[in-house]
Amino acid sequence: MKVHVQTEVNGEAVEFLCDPTATLLDVLRDNLGLRGSKEGCGTGDCGACSVELDGALACSCLILAAETQGRSVATIEGVATPEALHPLQSHLLKSAGLQCGVCTPGIVVAAKHLLEEDPNPTEEAVRYFLAGNLCRCTGYDKIIRAVLDAAAEMRGEAA
Amino acid sequence: MQGFAYEAPSSLDALRARLAAAQGAGELTQVLAGGTDLLVQMKQGQRAPGLILDIKRVGETQALTVDGDWLTIGASVPAAKAKAFPLVAEAFPGLAHAIDLIGSSQIQGRASLGGNLCNASPAGDTIPALIANGFEAQILTADGLRTLPVEAFVTGVGKNALASGEVLLALKAPVPGPRSGDAYQRFTPRTEMDIAVVGVGARLTLDDAGVIASACIALGAVAPQAFLAEAAGAALVGTRGEPQALEAAAAAAMAVAKPISDKRGSADFRRRICGVLVKRVVAQALERCTTGGTK
Repeated sequence: MKVHVQTEVNGEAVEFLCDPTATLLDVLRDNLGLRGSKEGCGTGDCGACSVELDGALACSCLILAAETQGRSVATIEGVATPEALHPLQSHLLKSAGLQCGVCTPGIVVAAKHLLEEDPNPTEEAVRYFLAGNLCRCTGYDKIIRAVLDAAAEMRGEAA
Repeated sequence: MQGFAYEAPSSLDALRARLAAAQGAGELTQVLAGGTDLLVQMKQGQRAPGLILDIKRVGETQALTVDGDWLTIGASVPAAKAKAFPLVAEAFPGLAHAIDLIGSSQIQGRASLGGNLCNASPAGDTIPALIANGFEAQILTADGLRTLPVEAFVTGVGKNALASGEVLLALKAPVPGPRSGDAYQRFTPRTEMDIAVVGVGARLTLDDAGVIASACIALGAVAPQAFLAEAAGAALVGTRGEPQALEAAAAAAMAVAKPISDKRGSADFRRRICGVLVKRVVAQALERCTTGGTK
């Protein structure tokens, strides 16, 4: 039997029917057409499907879509405005902090969560916080630099 | 994942009634909290329940409170929230550190201490810290509640003391008094995203004169389940944690450690690391007894 779910995604009310076995990631991609969140591993190891659920950072591959009834989901699609990229996104571009790009949405969502908790993290803190976001292309250095530069810009300091 | 029904009762009574009905109907029921272990196990076909009961809408499982002398951490409270709770961060820095070692930031946003305990991995990081701190498991039964010390809750690898129809509701511990400190440390080949080769938790309390009045040392990943190394604690009581007392505690812990050899370390290596970690953890807990610090 399908489950009827009413929830909120990126500030908009959303309603869908899904199988009880569907994950939030399945529904985001297949029902709602939000394909920014990626399925890397499906087991919570790679972080490519990172979203926020009621403000908590989580892997959407390990959340049942049915669990989101009455909750609030934030995905990569809600990060930029129609006018401008988020500083994390512009700095990832500027630093060439991506190659294939599959890990990038998860890194942006996770790094944004970190900077909201701690606007001035050390490099070590960024590395620890993003340990659950795997990137197989860049070697991480440019990603970490982009996050630190974005943080500086968001604090109003020259990056 | 194999098909299942999903329900999320919103009260203790509704949860108890649904559990009883499922038991009567012979439905294979699985409780869901953070799901970071459960969903992986279901995707891999290791578990195939017919009914998922999500307990996160039962208020008691989301409690994070200090009531008089007791700290309560609801069974489905996510790790990120538990470690940031002021009393946990200040009075249980060892437990807070153990929580911080669970998986990644994303996993900590969902994974619960209750789930970590029910999953009953021999290497679960929070379990030795919970045991050393004297946590009790509060369990919902068919007709009431029962409590069990955490060290008696895990009964083997992946096995716990919950009977059919029972659910872990919360973890409770006495709030430590003055001159008390806890610590948890583990050994892993990598600094992050790894599983403990050995983990040791300690809670020490000093008397007015600075002598150790009580000492609880819990060992993880050196036996099928984490356990209280009573002789190691006893070796410290009445001392000031002098080097020879630490050596005695380490020797007592190594004597009761029964590690296996696997890809993460040989039994002999694990036993020796267990001794090293006991000394480090006791020294750290001792420092916290005097500074009350949250290092």
